[in-house]
Amino acid sequence: MKAARGTQRLALGVLLAALATLCSAAEIPLSERRSGYADLGRETKAMQDDDTANPGMLSVLEGEELWKTKSGTEVKACADCHGDARASMKGVAARYPAFDASRGRPVNLEQRINICQAERQQAKPSAYESKELLALTAFVAMQSRGEPIAPPDDARLTPFREAGRQLFFRRQGQLNLGCNQCHDDNWSKRLAGNLIPQAHPTGYPIYRLEWQSIGSLQRRLRNCMTGLRAQPYEFGAPENVDMELYLMWRARGLPVETPAVRP
Amino acid sequence: MARALINVPAKAKRGEVITIKTLISHVMETGFRHTTMGVRIPRDIIDTFVCTYNGEEIFRATLHSAIAANPFITFHTVATESGTLTFTWSGDSQFSQTETANIVVE
Ligand code: HEC
Ligand code: HEC
Repeated sequence: MKAARGTQRLALGVLLAALATLCSAAEIPLSERRSGYADLGRETKAMQDDDTANPGMLSVLEGEELWKTKSGTEVKACADCHGDARASMKGVAARYPAFDASRGRPVNLEQRINICQAERQQAKPSAYESKELLALTAFVAMQSRGEPIAPPDDARLTPFREAGRQLFFRRQGQLNLGCNQCHDDNWSKRLAGNLIPQAHPTGYPIYRLEWQSIGSLQRRLRNCMTGLRAQPYEFGAPENVDMELYLMWRARGLPVETPAVRP
Repeated sequence: MARALINVPAKAKRGEVITIKTLISHVMETGFRHTTMGVRIPRDIIDTFVCTYNGEEIFRATLHSAIAANPFITFHTVATESGTLTFTWSGDSQFSQTETANIVVE
């Protein structure tokens, strides 16, 4: 069974590699990649740059408190095991999603935190997009601010990243568009009033002015899918994690900005 | 309790104009929205912000519906003496929060 799946994966891998060469012409050259920050207006940039004006910091503050709060039947706080987050969590967000051996697939940062809540604290894991999970994720991710995005060099991730790449290039929804048609081929042009960014996940969770709140990368992906009038994948769905994995690889080297502000 | 971020310079020269920045977490629900079932979501906003400097009121703002969530208010004052700035936000559903910041004036 395992071997059969291995062969299937290999076949899929070869097919995807062929596809990737076909599509790679459209990919943005590394030297031209830039964060969505570059597309922000002056006021929004100022809001992101000042930690006392950036509303995402309210969530980071909440996360800092939760980090020290004992929870679950183990009555342990994150800090009891991980100590000072500034040291233990530095660079972590820059290399997620990462492969989780017990699940046999990649998990993103929210899921990783959920695993610690469920398995290490013996607590109830937080719901996706709950204030609590966003706060912890923002607090953990901010410890990587300024660090270059560095997807792990882990061969086990390859098939999932390729699946994510395929989703990125697949035409979908009633508009029958692929993500690449906007984010590779038409970035810096306007879609009605909005500038199309290159779609690099540099600042998640972000404070989005339209949401009037902080939200995750998957919320952003679901927004774009709804925009294509496609059925978005559920929060935490493998397809969403695969897309995150591809997007992080595509953004490799760009600095983490969490908590970023976006229109 | 809602979270707030306050930025007041720790030190200033007497007579110097200083910038004060405040940010507070609050939903600022307008009272004009309805749920998908057509039920009106009650208004829940901060309607008053007051700043005092050693007890004396130096800044006041009245807020209304349609001010964005997590209001950011920034203003200026003249650093006159060392002491405490007190910030109070209040509004619907008996919302009230007070924060303080100290300043040394030389
Ligand atoms: C009882 C100890 C314990 C507690 C409590 C705990 N963790 Fe963990 N955590 C671990 C261990 C051990 C690992 C190593 C990976 C593993 O579990 O396989 C880990 C891994 C992680 C990672 C991934 C780090 C990396 O380098 O990939 C993150 C992020 C994390 N924890 C966040 C949290 C957060 C947030 C909390 C609080 C909600 C928390 N943890 C609570 C023990 C704990
Ligand atoms: C029709 C054009 C279009 C398509 C197709 C599209 N997007 Fe977007 N996307 C946008 C626009 C426009 C924004 C910026 C939104 C704004 O400024 O309000 C955006 C924003 C993003 C961002 C946020 C970037 C940042 O700086 O935080 C990500 C990530 C993203 N898109 C991913 C995707 C993915 C994945 C797909 C395919 C499922 C996709 N998009 C399909 C137009 C598109």
